[in-house]
Amino acid sequence: MNYIVSIGLEVHVQLQTRSKMFCSCDTGYGAPPNTHVCPVCLGYPGAMPVMNKEAIRMTVLAGMMIDSEISTYSKFDRKSYFYPDMPKNYQITQYDKPFCVGGEVEIMVDDQPKIIGVTRIHLEEDVGKNMHFRGSSGVDFNRAGIPLMEIVSEPDMSSPQEAYDYLTALRQIVTYTGISECNQEEGNMRCDVNCSIRPEGQEELGTKTELKNLNSFKAAFHALEYEIARQKDVLGAGGEIVQETRRWDPDTCETYSMRVKEKDHDYRYFPEPDLMPVVLDTDLVAKWRSGLPELPDMRKKRIVTEYGLPEYDAGVLVSEKALVDYFEGAAKLSSNPKAISNWVMTEVLRYLAEKEIAITALKVTPEALSALVALVDDKTINMTTAKDIFATMCDKGGAPADIVKDQGLAQVSDDGAIAAFVKQAMDENPKSVADYKSGNKAAVQFLVGQVMRMSKGKANPQMVVGLLTDLMKD
Amino acid sequence: MANEADQGGPEKIDVRYVANLARLYLDDSEVETFQGQLEGIVEHVKQIGELDLAGIEPTSHARPVQNVLREDVVRAGLGHELVMDNAPKEKNGQFAVPQIIE
Repeated sequence: MNYIVSIGLEVHVQLQTRSKMFCSCDTGYGAPPNTHVCPVCLGYPGAMPVMNKEAIRMTVLAGMMIDSEISTYSKFDRKSYFYPDMPKNYQITQYDKPFCVGGEVEIMVDDQPKIIGVTRIHLEEDVGKNMHFRGSSGVDFNRAGIPLMEIVSEPDMSSPQEAYDYLTALRQIVTYTGISECNQEEGNMRCDVNCSIRPEGQEELGTKTELKNLNSFKAAFHALEYEIARQKDVLGAGGEIVQETRRWDPDTCETYSMRVKEKDHDYRYFPEPDLMPVVLDTDLVAKWRSGLPELPDMRKKRIVTEYGLPEYDAGVLVSEKALVDYFEGAAKLSSNPKAISNWVMTEVLRYLAEKEIAITALKVTPEALSALVALVDDKTINMTTAKDIFATMCDKGGAPADIVKDQGLAQVSDDGAIAAFVKQAMDENPKSVADYKSGNKAAVQFLVGQVMRMSKGKANPQMVVGLLTDLMKD
Repeated sequence: MANEADQGGPEKIDVRYVANLARLYLDDSEVETFQGQLEGIVEHVKQIGELDLAGIEPTSHARPVQNVLREDVVRAGLGHELVMDNAPKEKNGQFAVPQIIE
């Protein structure tokens, strides 16, 4: 039996405001437990929440980026539940009047664009963090009250890979907008997954299960792979899927039932009496819209036309905002943007991957990279030397011109000096000379190598090849 | 519960269910007392359905005040020691609670 898979995602993104959603506590990550807290986020009786305007602006920007309809009237509601991460016994969230309604995110499936529908984006407060000790649990409320944007998708994804690609696309959009770092290690971006399967030919969706505890895109991918196989097994054996919440265990790579009783999902939403509605007038929305950043796709097109790069290069560069910012920083100062792009796509990305660091931590500045390319272009140094200088700059930073001067790396373009090396190389390697003369043109490469070695990599390779071929003509 | 009242359907309130949601533990006589009281309240509120409410948005706030917002400015919260004064138990700077089983 063939099955159709339907996956929907609820993605939570912590917004990078300075202060929390409903109080002025610091949102900074990594502080000692319970040091960024106050009566509001600790849920003391009588403490009154006040909305952070910036968090609302950020949520609306996210909606604009994916073509949501921005609600003119929004409000907050209370979602009641009992859990130690939430001292008020309710979470302030949005039930029926979220800030953004509808929207779409494009992913590529088999080289064809596919639209994933977004149902809504609403704003809520993050909850505290639980830690488990032997015999007891601990609660840290530093995270409680940090603005959390929830992006709810339609069940439009039909494979774990599509879910993964959707998450990647969302992260790209959100980081471009500058409203969250989407750092998975710090829990900036988390998701819950809904998943169902149905036999081919059946119209209505099958019974879905909800997967929790997916702390990375990879976890979402693997949990879905497992869950889809599990559902197929159950249906294949004539069983029925039970609507339930399942928890992903990354250690055993299995999902298991959390035995949450259905009535625990009765959250008894009602309007938050302590918060007045938000009415966004068109002038304010227009003003916010004018602050929208360039979308990845638009930026890609601009990079192609403005710098004359191939589509492929532009695609790699815009994959991450910080990367394309870096490229443009260097390309603007350079007469050879394609060379800058080559450097970024090879040496820079390789170094970042090797060291597992972000481009913002790279010691080679865009100015330095552009200067390095200029030194190669005006033949002051050759490519081999340039790569050495790049490695030096990765370690210590600095300007390429200074490194060339300090280490005497300037390329030798002096005819006499190169001619002497060439002569020596030919004298010492008569066999290569003979091979070349008898028609093995590749033999010249060995001689070039010898000259480069003698000159400690400083000889201008084009001049070396020119001289060698001249001398071996007859 | 509210939906049933809206539709004018039967409003037999499951008091035990509601009490359980609110983590209230009621004995049989309390269930009976609240059964009557809660149904009385729903009956009372239902009267509003006798009016023509077409086109009238539900009122969530009594006063027409909107957009009470603050700028994104950080202010110091309570000191850690003060916060922990309120904790029945503390462990590693955290509120210690009975073991959470997921």
